[in-house]
Amino acid sequence: MRESNEIRLTLQKDTFKVDVELNFPVGQCLALWGPSGSGKTTILRAIAGLEKVQSAYINIGAEVWQDSSKSINLPTFKRAIGFVFQEASIFPHLSVEENLNYAVLRNRTSLAPSYRESIVDLLEIKDLMHKSSAHLSGGEGQRVAIARALLSSPKMLLLDEPLSAVDVNKKEEVLPWLERIRRELSISMVYVSHSLDELTRLADSVVVLRGGSILSRGSLVEVLTSADALIYRDAQEPSVFIDGLVTQIDPKWHLVEISFQGGVLWIKDQGFKLGQRARVKINASDVSIATELPSHTSIQNIIPAVISDITELNHPGECLIRVNCQGTFFLSKITSRAVEHLALGVGRPIWIQVKSVALLK
Amino acid sequence: MQDVIDPSILQALLLTTELAALTTLLLLILGTPIAWWLSRTNSVLRFPIKALVTLPLVLPPTVLGFYLLLILGPTGWVGHLTQSLGLGTLPFSFGGLLVGSVIYSMPFAVQPLQNAFEAIGPRPWEVAQTLRASPWDAFLTVMLPLARPGFYMAGVLSFAHTVGEFGIVLMIGGNIPGKTQVVSTQIYGFVESMDYQKANELAAFMLVFSFALLLPIAIWGQKLQINSK
Repeated sequence: MRESNEIRLTLQKDTFKVDVELNFPVGQCLALWGPSGSGKTTILRAIAGLEKVQSAYINIGAEVWQDSSKSINLPTFKRAIGFVFQEASIFPHLSVEENLNYAVLRNRTSLAPSYRESIVDLLEIKDLMHKSSAHLSGGEGQRVAIARALLSSPKMLLLDEPLSAVDVNKKEEVLPWLERIRRELSISMVYVSHSLDELTRLADSVVVLRGGSILSRGSLVEVLTSADALIYRDAQEPSVFIDGLVTQIDPKWHLVEISFQGGVLWIKDQGFKLGQRARVKINASDVSIATELPSHTSIQNIIPAVISDITELNHPGECLIRVNCQGTFFLSKITSRAVEHLALGVGRPIWIQVKSVALLK
Repeated sequence: MQDVIDPSILQALLLTTELAALTTLLLLILGTPIAWWLSRTNSVLRFPIKALVTLPLVLPPTVLGFYLLLILGPTGWVGHLTQSLGLGTLPFSFGGLLVGSVIYSMPFAVQPLQNAFEAIGPRPWEVAQTLRASPWDAFLTVMLPLARPGFYMAGVLSFAHTVGEFGIVLMIGGNIPGKTQVVSTQIYGFVESMDYQKANELAAFMLVFSFALLLPIAIWGQKLQINSK
């Protein structure tokens, strides 16, 4: 049986109340996602023991850090956490190397001498070692902070919007390394962010928060396609993410076939190899609905599906339809008039036409 | 030239330096926990404590000196205590001067230290603890080094302010040559005995000395401001 992390928290901060229960398997990345003020950071700080709580039960891989019913409450420095804060919090009075040593010196587990090397290599910070912390860019600083956190051998890595202080176009200086940590070290992670891009690349499961409590939770795809979650993505285009494999390459038309659970999508060949994994993003406005199989259309991706729910969007003229294609969900944004004219309703079989597909990786 | 190395002047200078150095040392030791506590607490007690620490800034030194004289004297409660410990009484002794100076210069140590701790903010403190540093460890290895400018400032200001005190020294120390006579009270003595020449020499020396002490602080304070921008 796989060990799991169990976290139950109740806390009150002025008028703001947080009451959540988060359970996830050891070694996985749980994302906390929600608008600002939903309690994401507070929860992360409470797991680290940096926030006063009314009651808590925190059991990380069979190690109890906090149990209010038994008056157990380990101080922060006795919890095997690694915390990466929003802004790179490199100690300014120490060099990069000394910052890393700060963690190594206080690491109570017997650290293999090669571990330090491997972390430095993993985050590619060897060239920064003798720099003073004042001369690091935002991305470099965050990579050093991540390395430093890993060097205290955490059982749980807590990341509080680690890329929010990094320039948008410099995020690639950090994100690939986080992906690498997730792949190569089996450390449990709680990742706070409101960037969908980061979540899709890192998270195994997502908890959507609103006002200090859990709105929905589940796998990434489940949560991102649930209509509830979409309300909090006002600025962003509703979209779905689909994981698949490249199963066919058509050299004549420069297209590749990506198979996912429930069907296939043809997309433009961008140098794929057969059998390669691919994650694609499909915007709801690029998906239209037909009640009969369209025969004369330029659209190549036409997939049968069943309507699973219909939600009105902020604008009364628009609706968001969630359709189920044998277990894979798509979203379609169409006008309310179209819903009425086509007599669309939950449970009705339809065809979706996908106009464009964006490749993520 | 004979006048300048008058042994009583030398004595007063030495005593002043000794008093200021010891006061500074004690203030850095006592002021650090007070400043640390004030910079972090949310307790309502912080208001009265803060007011109490700042009190010497506004109170006439004579008021402070008067009450110290009562408390430390043979009938005061501290006086009883020191007597029962076989230490005698503190007024009109170097020990009394030291107690008075520490209290009187307290705001000059606590304020810069508190500002320094507040300027660092809670983040480095939290980071250290997420890296397994105990609170003591975090304080010594992160907060103290980061607060270093505050310690310089507190040290220089405490020293300079102790050198410059007069009223409280006169009240609690009297003006006993070789025992409690410091430069400022000696100048007063010279003026009283109409020895304007010596008063002038010593006063001019104090002027130059204090200026030289404060000039680096002024330059450095500006630098700190620029760096923090």
